[in-house]
Amino acid sequence: MPSVCFYFQVHQPCRLRHYTVFDQDNRYFDDSKNRAICRKVADKCYLPANRLMLDLIRQYEGKFRVAYSITGVLLEQLAEFAPEVISTFDALARTGCVEFLAETYYHSLSFLYSRGEFKEQIHKHVETIEKMFGVRPKVFRNTELIYSNSLTDTIESMGEFDGVLTEGADKILRGRSPNFIYTSPRSGRVKLLLKNYTLSDDIAFRFSNRDWKEWPLMADKFSQWVGRVNGNGYVVNLFMDYETFGEHQWEDTGIFEFMRSLPGEILKHPDNNFKTPSEVIASYPATDTIDVPGIISWADMERDLSAWVGNPMQSNALHDLYRMEQRVKRTGDEALVADWRKLQTSDHFYYMCTKWFSDGDVHKYFNPYDSPYDSYINFMNVMGNIEKRCKSKSNVKTAQTVSREV
Amino acid sequence: MLGWEFPPFISGGLGTACYGLTKSMSKLGLEVTFVLPQAVGMDMRSTHVRMRTPADIDELERQRLGELKNVKFRAIESALRPYASAESYKREIEDLIRAKQNHRGSVSAESVGDSLAHYCGDMYAEVHRYAAAAVRLAMQEDFDVVHAHDWMTYPAGMAVAAITGRPLVVHVHSTEFDRSGEHVNQMIYDIERAGMQAADKVIAVSFLTRNIIIGRYGVSSDKVEVVYNGVERNGNGFSIGATGIRKDEKIVLFLGRITMQKGPEYFLGAAKKVLEAMDDVKFVMAGSGDMMRRTIELAAYLGVGNKVLFTGFLRGEDVRKVYEMADLYVMPSVSEPFGIAPLEALNHDVPVLISKQSGVSEVLNHVLKADFWDVNEIANKIIAVLKYPPLQLTLREHGNFEVRKLKWEDAAHKCVQIYNQLLSSTVCV
Repeated sequence: MPSVCFYFQVHQPCRLRHYTVFDQDNRYFDDSKNRAICRKVADKCYLPANRLMLDLIRQYEGKFRVAYSITGVLLEQLAEFAPEVISTFDALARTGCVEFLAETYYHSLSFLYSRGEFKEQIHKHVETIEKMFGVRPKVFRNTELIYSNSLTDTIESMGEFDGVLTEGADKILRGRSPNFIYTSPRSGRVKLLLKNYTLSDDIAFRFSNRDWKEWPLMADKFSQWVGRVNGNGYVVNLFMDYETFGEHQWEDTGIFEFMRSLPGEILKHPDNNFKTPSEVIASYPATDTIDVPGIISWADMERDLSAWVGNPMQSNALHDLYRMEQRVKRTGDEALVADWRKLQTSDHFYYMCTKWFSDGDVHKYFNPYDSPYDSYINFMNVMGNIEKRCKSKSNVKTAQTVSREV
Repeated sequence: MLGWEFPPFISGGLGTACYGLTKSMSKLGLEVTFVLPQAVGMDMRSTHVRMRTPADIDELERQRLGELKNVKFRAIESALRPYASAESYKREIEDLIRAKQNHRGSVSAESVGDSLAHYCGDMYAEVHRYAAAAVRLAMQEDFDVVHAHDWMTYPAGMAVAAITGRPLVVHVHSTEFDRSGEHVNQMIYDIERAGMQAADKVIAVSFLTRNIIIGRYGVSSDKVEVVYNGVERNGNGFSIGATGIRKDEKIVLFLGRITMQKGPEYFLGAAKKVLEAMDDVKFVMAGSGDMMRRTIELAAYLGVGNKVLFTGFLRGEDVRKVYEMADLYVMPSVSEPFGIAPLEALNHDVPVLISKQSGVSEVLNHVLKADFWDVNEIANKIIAVLKYPPLQLTLREHGNFEVRKLKWEDAAHKCVQIYNQLLSSTVCV
């Protein structure tokens, strides 16, 4: 009797404008591009997909349930460029069938570089979600599903989360099934939900691939695959980007029709049901521990960090960024801190990746830059300006202290 | 094969390309007869080294040419220079005569004029003289395909093809539009057009050039193939660190002919911008050309004269040294059909910044690119490379790897395919 647990990642970075070393102003972000992309994704994905989810929840009278993790950087942009999307998320929240997860507000890699900053961003995100949708997140997902034992340690120490989501990577499961509940070897309280990457990617990546032998994928076939888990697991965790609907898989691939008929097919078997992550955690016991001393993520075949920290430019940009943390915070300048934090969004480092650059890979589709080198140069120029602002602020402060002493 | 320059005595990428291509063809077992113009004024060799002929190469570099065992060289008496314009050709001849006259003492203006006539001061006549000589030579040789490199050899190529009935391939390394912008020399354009029209196949060094050939010369697109240039892999690409040269100053390098086509003024414009933002940078301009004087004056005018070094034309060991010193190679070409120099820079572990208006930008990913006119952006990128070692490191690492994929063997293979196509279709006819 497998449960199906849907979680959708909803995120758009705040893209930088072309910023040269000669630019001196504080306008780092490309408002017109961000607005255009936000509008486009809202119209193609967020609005139709939210309407669909609302319909399904109503149609199945609460038996269909889903979870979202919406980043703070996206919520800010939606509020400005597409506020009606927030209303539809709010409508979803009111059904009581939708769970909102916690993550770092800025979709950052702070877990890897500063635990203090990491926790602050989680708090900021939890507060924002509670304020906007009236529910306080109880389950955490880290940026790009980055995970290690020490993530659970940190999350457990924060005392407000029951579970963590991560990738059901082969290298951590070592032959075991992602369809059970696990815990970290060092802590028993926080439960781990692992992504079933085969079934998730069937929808997220392979759905429209005509070379795939299962194409075209229909809801009845997919629910048969889910049914096979019966007797060998509690839950099928289908974790994916929300942009799968209408953006990664265009509307004409039939992705919306697939989703519309999926709940009916799944619920045909009386043993099956839909649960949100918190409900899964409450319903099933942990069967085993899973030891992850190293770091994993949900990215690419490697399931590692190489997409964000794989080359010297990425590593340099990240280290320089986090090295500024105390100086930025000491200025007490909220606008400066917010700008610095928006630079932490993982996408900025993803754009600098040279891994697939030679092959003209699909990854280019998500990249606003012509090359990883351009993105690094742009990023470093912005950082240079942030640094200047820190300096001028601290000069003002020293001057003030001096005058007070006098 | 009809060409006009060959290493080590070269003034640009054409000689390098002919060397790389023929060497790989030779390895493939192709027999190549390479016909070169032979310079006049053989006693002026020391100052006009580019005029040397393969006969000299035989003496000087017998070993190196051992690799070209299937390539035969034939020289024709001619004063042709690869990148000459009619005006510079005339100037060249004048200089030559003046130098000779100075030897003998003072001369009158009239006698210079007489000498000019004697030396056939008209470049176009020279092109046709070269063609006539090539035809005579062709009668003594046996070959299957005529392969002509750039416009000066097209009349020769057409003549030889017409006399022998062999298929003609013209290889376009650059066009008049690249060299002169919109201010084209009609005569050269006509020769280029006639050559491309007469050819059975036209080889372009990039899609950029292919588009010009189709758009500006009215050649039908199915006749034009793209064959990218390659690069000779030199094993000793060791870096500055390895040679132990300590450097207080960063060096940004321009290496190429100082002509309109190469955009030297954009290099200087960017230099000025860079120097506004940082000190301790020198800009080295290695090369010579008809804009040399103007470029030196421009550097002074911009107030960066003390930061820009002009080395004149470099070759061989000097090229290697200047690459070794450089932190970045910049090619701001206004119009560059291909551009072999960036490949050589990468080969020497120097990161490169190239203009988007170059054919080589079609094949290189791990380089910086900017529009040639965007001086601000060029400066922005130069500063980034000088300021951020991780950028230099990543560019160098990936660039060096990428450049290894560009091989002359592949270019030679593609040429052979084109030859075979032509030969089989002639048989059918």
